[in-house]
Amino acid sequence: MLLEVDNLNVYYGAIHALQGVSFNVEEGEIVTLIGANGAGKSTTLRTISGLLQPRTGSIKFKGKEISTTPAEQIVRLGISQVPEGRKIFAPLTVRENLMMGAYTRTDKNEIEQSMQLVFSSFPRLKERIDQLGGTLSGGEQQMLATGRGLMSKPSLLLLDEPSMGLSPILVEEIFRIIQEINKQGTTILLVEQNALMALSISHRAYVLETGRIVLSGDAHEVAENPQVKSAYLGV
Amino acid sequence: MEVGFLLGSLLKIALLLGYLYGLLRVMGHPKLWVKALGVLAAFAVIQVALTDFNGFKLLNAFDQGLLFQAATMTMVALGLNLIYGFNGQFSLGQWGFYGIGAYCAADITYRWVNGDARGFLVVGIGIILGGLAIWGIGAFLKRYRGIPVLSSFTFYILGVVAAGFLAVKLGALLNPLFAPLLGTPANPGPLASGLALQVVFFFAVIFAGAFTAEISFLFGLPVLSLGSDYFGIATLGFAIVINTLMVNSDTILPFPEMKGGRGMIGIPKLTTWFWAFFFLLVVIILMRNLIHSSTGRAIMSVREDETASRAMGINVAENKLLTFVVGCFFAGIGGAVYAHYIGFLSPGTFDFLVGFNPLIIVVFGGLGSMTGTIAASFGWVFFLEGLLRVLLSQMGTEAPTWRYVLYPITLLLLILIRPQGLLGNVEWGFLKSVKVASRQKEAGTPPTGDAPQSIQEGA
Ligand SMILES: Nc1ncnc2c1ncn2[C@@H]1O[C@H](COP(=O)(O)OP(=O)(O)O)[C@@H](O)[C@H]1O
Ligand SMILES: [Mg+2]
Repeated sequence: MLLEVDNLNVYYGAIHALQGVSFNVEEGEIVTLIGANGAGKSTTLRTISGLLQPRTGSIKFKGKEISTTPAEQIVRLGISQVPEGRKIFAPLTVRENLMMGAYTRTDKNEIEQSMQLVFSSFPRLKERIDQLGGTLSGGEQQMLATGRGLMSKPSLLLLDEPSMGLSPILVEEIFRIIQEINKQGTTILLVEQNALMALSISHRAYVLETGRIVLSGDAHEVAENPQVKSAYLGV
Repeated sequence: MEVGFLLGSLLKIALLLGYLYGLLRVMGHPKLWVKALGVLAAFAVIQVALTDFNGFKLLNAFDQGLLFQAATMTMVALGLNLIYGFNGQFSLGQWGFYGIGAYCAADITYRWVNGDARGFLVVGIGIILGGLAIWGIGAFLKRYRGIPVLSSFTFYILGVVAAGFLAVKLGALLNPLFAPLLGTPANPGPLASGLALQVVFFFAVIFAGAFTAEISFLFGLPVLSLGSDYFGIATLGFAIVINTLMVNSDTILPFPEMKGGRGMIGIPKLTTWFWAFFFLLVVIILMRNLIHSSTGRAIMSVREDETASRAMGINVAENKLLTFVVGCFFAGIGGAVYAHYIGFLSPGTFDFLVGFNPLIIVVFGGLGSMTGTIAASFGWVFFLEGLLRVLLSQMGTEAPTWRYVLYPITLLLLILIRPQGLLGNVEWGFLKSVKVASRQKEAGTPPTGDAPQSIQEGA
């Protein structure tokens, strides 16, 4: 088991945002958390990546407890988060943004290899290598954020709503690339409101509702569930 | 008003900016020997201009004063730009650290030429022991997680105070070994004259920088965690406290030679153009290489978004502290160079109101632009302190005070017209990022495998 989340409780002050969330991710999978706005999806990812501290519960990565490890250490263990809203560094160029993703690494040649790998997934970034991050279009910024997340050579990539605000064609492209990245050996934990697309590329899925997991299973099973169909797939 | 003087001054400023442009250009040249030769030539140009040829000097004493003032101002302002412009931490304390550097270095050399090696010994031993203490305690605290910042601060301060105490004792112990070789001001001994004195001066500047850096570490550790606005207020408070200590240096501090509010006189004037130029280049090169390293990118991304930076694996608190310490180190170096040019230190020079000058310069030149800061430092000193002061003084003895009305108006106008600063994000020659250089090259050659090579070239 690559990632085991057990009975996680996270608070924002008095707000009980995650109420005993448990799930796991196997090596090589794409796992999706779907849920409405405010369900706690981002909170879950931020807690895994160490940006938030859980009050109780455990997070095990490769069998090691990481729930109190600070964020900057978690990257070094092999978890990389692509945050909601991209959060790319606007005044830095595409190349510099990617180099930021490789901040924890030192071998120049390996970093250059990773960069070429990112460019093979996102040829558009290569064309814009010296452009400032802030001047990219929304879709390109998402590509940059994802590429930056890959630059730390993570074994687990956390993606927070990669399709947000993108045109349908771009959404398809992004999801195709996510699948490609997964095939190249990176395990992916995906968070999405765009449930239909997310379920179509995932192996397994969990449904999050106001801080609790209410349903889990194989992605196609979840997609067939009548409640999910009516609530998230608009069928 | 004299039109001739006005035109002459403007020409001087233009020539100066051209000089800086040329210097940075040649420093950015890929060939090492061109670089070395160019820097040497740049040094020589001013050296010749400052030389007295039978009563004829290209730069008169007034211009010379401005030049040294501009060089030290550049070091201080670059440090502030690193802290505020690149890292986003609004600091009003830079002037205080400048003052610490000035007084620290002045005390070392003043005592040295007066037959007392304790300044040199105590500060030298103190910064080494203090640095070791900080390093050791840091390594020790790293093993534990979740230590509140005030607790680690307590450890550090105890460690540094112990180191300082030890340094004072050791300094007093070792002093008799040196004292006989130092002589008196009227009859300097072998260690207080010639080359030996130059070496001592060099170390005094470095020691003062390191001393300032360690003070800034102790101050920054608890205060940087407050968040930017509170940090600004706290640094302002710091500058005021330092100034008060200077005014009372002979009463509440045990330094009678600093003479409190009357000002410290008799500091050996050891800052030659060689030293000013040398330390200016050291600061520029250190800062440029820092900015273009991965730490430098981290410094900028912390300014942009702390959360995203943490997600990249950057320890944000550590990054801010490092930036602050390096920026204050530059201020300390600048202060030390200044003290030995002017030969006289008065607390009035380090008043917190004057401390806004580097801030104005940094905003003027553009936050996050090294070129802007360098050009603005020189332009500012020569334009406002040189040209304007002279012009206004011809209109009455009180007229120069109008400068203090003109600064803010100019600043306001600039912020309205060019919020990105005079030069925006243009960088000259050496200061340009390596990536820009490689892009220009890539335009001519096929892009394959070109990038890693060009990174090495710039390093
Ligand atoms: N910084 C915050 N402070 C207080 N409450 C927050 C904060 N961030 C999120 N929340 C609350 O926590 C809950 C879960 O939010 P979030 O994880 O962002 O949801 P999702 O990503 O699923 O849309 C929501 O009720 C939200 O209002
Ligand atoms: Mg969210």
